[in-house]
Amino acid sequence: MKKIIIREEYCMGCRLCEVHCLVQHSKTKNIIKAYKGEYPKPIPRIIVEEKGYVSFALQCRHCEDGPCLEACITGAMYRDKKTGAILLNEDKCIGCWMCIMVCPFGVISRNGEGKKIASKCDLCMGEKVPICVKNCPNEAIVYEEKK
Amino acid sequence: MDRFHEKEISGCGILGIMDQKGKRFSGGDIVAGIASMRERANGLGGGFAAYGIYPEHKRDWCFHMMFENKSAMVQTEEYLRENYKIVKDGIIPTREDRSIKYRPLLWRYFLQHKEEKTKLHYDLTEKDFVIKTVMEINTKIPGAFVASSGRNMGVFKGVGYPEDIGRFYKLEEYEAYIWTAHGRFPTNTVGWWGGAHPFGLLDWSVVHNGEISSYGINKRFLLNYGYVCAFFTDTEVMTYLFDLLVRKHGLSFEVVADILAAPFWDDIERQPQGRGELLRTLRIAYGSALVNGPFSVIVANSSTMVGLNDRIKLRPLVAATSENRLYIASEESAIREVCPRPNRVWMPKAGEPVIGRLIEV
Amino acid sequence: MAKRPLPTEFIIERDEEKCIACQACVRMCSNDVHSYDPETDTVSSDSAKCVGCHFCETLCPTGALVIRRNPSEFKLNANWNAEVIKNITRQAETGGMLLTGMGCDKPYPIYWDYILLNASQVTNPSIDPLREPMELRTYIGRKPDKIEIQITNSKSQISNYKLQTSIPPQLKLETPILFSAMSYGSISLNACKSLAKAAREVGTFYNTGEGGLHRELYKYSANTIVQVASGRFGVHREYLEAAAAIEIKIGQGAKPGIGGHLPGEKVSEEISQTRMIPVGTDALSPAPHHDIYSIEDLRQLIFALKEATRYKKPVGVKISAVHNVAPIASGIVRAGADFVAIDGLRGGTGAAPTVVRDNVGIPTELAIAVVDQRLREEGIRNQASLIAAGGIRSSSDVIKAIALGADAVYIGTASLVAMGCSLCQRCYTGKCNWGIATQDPYLTKRLNPDIGTRRLVNLLRAWSLEIKEMLGGMGINAIESLRGNREQLRGVGLSDTDLKLLGIKPAGEAW
Repeated sequence: MKKIIIREEYCMGCRLCEVHCLVQHSKTKNIIKAYKGEYPKPIPRIIVEEKGYVSFALQCRHCEDGPCLEACITGAMYRDKKTGAILLNEDKCIGCWMCIMVCPFGVISRNGEGKKIASKCDLCMGEKVPICVKNCPNEAIVYEEKK
Repeated sequence: MDRFHEKEISGCGILGIMDQKGKRFSGGDIVAGIASMRERANGLGGGFAAYGIYPEHKRDWCFHMMFENKSAMVQTEEYLRENYKIVKDGIIPTREDRSIKYRPLLWRYFLQHKEEKTKLHYDLTEKDFVIKTVMEINTKIPGAFVASSGRNMGVFKGVGYPEDIGRFYKLEEYEAYIWTAHGRFPTNTVGWWGGAHPFGLLDWSVVHNGEISSYGINKRFLLNYGYVCAFFTDTEVMTYLFDLLVRKHGLSFEVVADILAAPFWDDIERQPQGRGELLRTLRIAYGSALVNGPFSVIVANSSTMVGLNDRIKLRPLVAATSENRLYIASEESAIREVCPRPNRVWMPKAGEPVIGRLIEV
Repeated sequence: MAKRPLPTEFIIERDEEKCIACQACVRMCSNDVHSYDPETDTVSSDSAKCVGCHFCETLCPTGALVIRRNPSEFKLNANWNAEVIKNITRQAETGGMLLTGMGCDKPYPIYWDYILLNASQVTNPSIDPLREPMELRTYIGRKPDKIEIQITNSKSQISNYKLQTSIPPQLKLETPILFSAMSYGSISLNACKSLAKAAREVGTFYNTGEGGLHRELYKYSANTIVQVASGRFGVHREYLEAAAAIEIKIGQGAKPGIGGHLPGEKVSEEISQTRMIPVGTDALSPAPHHDIYSIEDLRQLIFALKEATRYKKPVGVKISAVHNVAPIASGIVRAGADFVAIDGLRGGTGAAPTVVRDNVGIPTELAIAVVDQRLREEGIRNQASLIAAGGIRSSSDVIKAIALGADAVYIGTASLVAMGCSLCQRCYTGKCNWGIATQDPYLTKRLNPDIGTRRLVNLLRAWSLEIKEMLGGMGINAIESLRGNREQLRGVGLSDTDLKLLGIKPAGEAW
């Protein structure tokens, strides 16, 4: 399964991945409207972690044994059979946030604006390459088959 | 005759005939052959080289001179008397021909070295001494030009169609074992007699159809070894390259062909170890002698006649053999004009030399 | 007295409609130009600190930023212009030498732009590089005067020939372009890696500069030219053995007459280990090599290095182009150098006194022309290869340099621009936002060597294709037929003296 591989030695900490992820998951898909016009304000699913000069962009690892799948009480968290990715059905999500509690990477976010739900990386379903990977200026995240 | 004009750029026709057993034959054949390629010339230059024409003066240097005026002749004779023993001299016999206009004075001198001169210039070989004096006449005596300076050979050239020039010089009366011929189609100003081909120096003669794109660097490469290209012609560069590589550096004609028309790196890499290494080394050492641009050339000296094409064969060259004779020409029709049924006819490949050698009898 | 603030060089225009306050610019600027105010949720910029590197402008996801030159606020004065006033002000305040980076930016004539190339027509066919072989391969090194061949049997076939002469060691280049010397220290390790990998991929060489060779770069030895400069930084046995060739750096075009300079800010732990100097100290190379005070001393060093490497590698010398460059080069060739690199007025640097960079030296074009001519006149041109350096900006500059007489060219500034440099000339501060001229770990991450290599390979590939096009247009299919072939050049708008020095004819004159 193709995964997003992180190369932290090249991450600049510019957080443009967060910007583009937000736009991709917005209603209008237009960067200016997404930031200035939309309500509820969309949130990025990718988070840049920083300490000193080390930084890297972290997102859902689509674990083979994802604890979030077990923790989800409504079954909103499911594994997509075709790609093997773990996706969240926002309609079913009731915002109990149990998945957030159990996620070992801390990559699921609380989305409180509008309907209260959880939010996480969905590998930009429908795109050939996830938008964060496509827009990273320094190729610090790449989309490859995990060996 | 303004000799310091622009470099000549010419399309032409060339022909060479050699009897490899050394049996001499009349100039009628070569004139007939080159006449058939009339369309390749435009009347602004034609010429011939002949080897073996002065058997009674085999050991003497024969200078074929062109003088624009009497004073040039007087100065040159003084110079020659100073540097050589003049064994014999006389006018080069010609016949009237309406198409040949504005002829210079044509004179030939048979010369021998003077002992006091050879002693004085002990650092030069006899041949280098001859080259030195030829250069001095050509560059320092205005109106004088040395058309050829070899032994038992001569260059006959001028402004006109080659067959007219051949008739003019009465070439059918000479007998030689190597004849080469050239018809010129220059694209710049009015031809001058000295600029026609062949270019002669010592017993080298070169007829050349082509334009050397690498002229600028070939000229400077030769300068490194003491050759000054005073005439802005490609043929001059060719002649000096052969003189340097064959006479001074002692390389064979096959090797010289691999220098002047060097094979491509890709081809060199495909060669077996020893040959590949040799070709690579030659190219690294003699890269500035690579002659780029289209050419087909016939080079002759007293014992050899060589035909060669550029590395991607942008000018025509055909060769044929018939019994002891070797023919090299721009067109097969010129060969068949002289020899209707040769044993073998072939097109040499790019960079593949055609070499005729005198078989020792 | 009231201290006059220095006029800003640049002004940052932020389109407020487009700015989404993503703060990428705030985070990325190493000069702290942009700042975010959480109360108003806006980003503002302090133009005074901007150096004009354009990194924020490049990154901005909405294109909200434009960096403009700020017109001088002084009264217009052709003689006492803003730069002069600024420089004097700074010197009055600090009492120090003014430093700068990159190459001379003054409007001296650029001869490349006054030289035109030939093309073949009618009498000589041009050659199509897409359909016919077009050879750019170049060998750098000493060439023999002649080749001796022994014929092993009487038949004159070439298969019976045995080569008697062996040629001295050569560097084989697939294209006549090498990467110029840029020390590890002046540029980051990631930049060095990009140069090394690109050199390997293309089949050419890069130069370590005087920074020594970092451990991680040893695997690129086959494509490395190491430099022995006046400070002898990092010169030890393994260094010499790792090289494909050795270059003795006598001078560089950006600062003829003085030695290299690495400001203390850029001397990190790793630099300290590679160069063998203490952390944080300025690395000031001495002006001359203190064991080379005359030409015979140079000969001694050349042969010492040749002995140390068992005569297996070419040993060359790099000099700046100065007034006497022709006799100096001639002396260097006779001293045994296998190649001579000539770095002209426009050569770049990581740090140099501005006044030296902008006033000392002569243009590369003239230097190459006179050196090539002098060596040929003395009959020694084949004894060393010539490499032209200093302000080679395009493939046409490369072709012109080769036609004037160079065997190959070094590109320095062009390679940095390929990796993102925008010539803000602040390399000496060590705050290069592009991660090139810095050792700050926050910044060096920004140059991904994979991307750097790719861009450099692209640059060389693009230039090689263009060179092939122009060569074919001239009716030439091997680069050695262009080398020194000044007949293929014509000058336009040049004086008679310029034409004479360059050895070229004026446009309009035929062969």
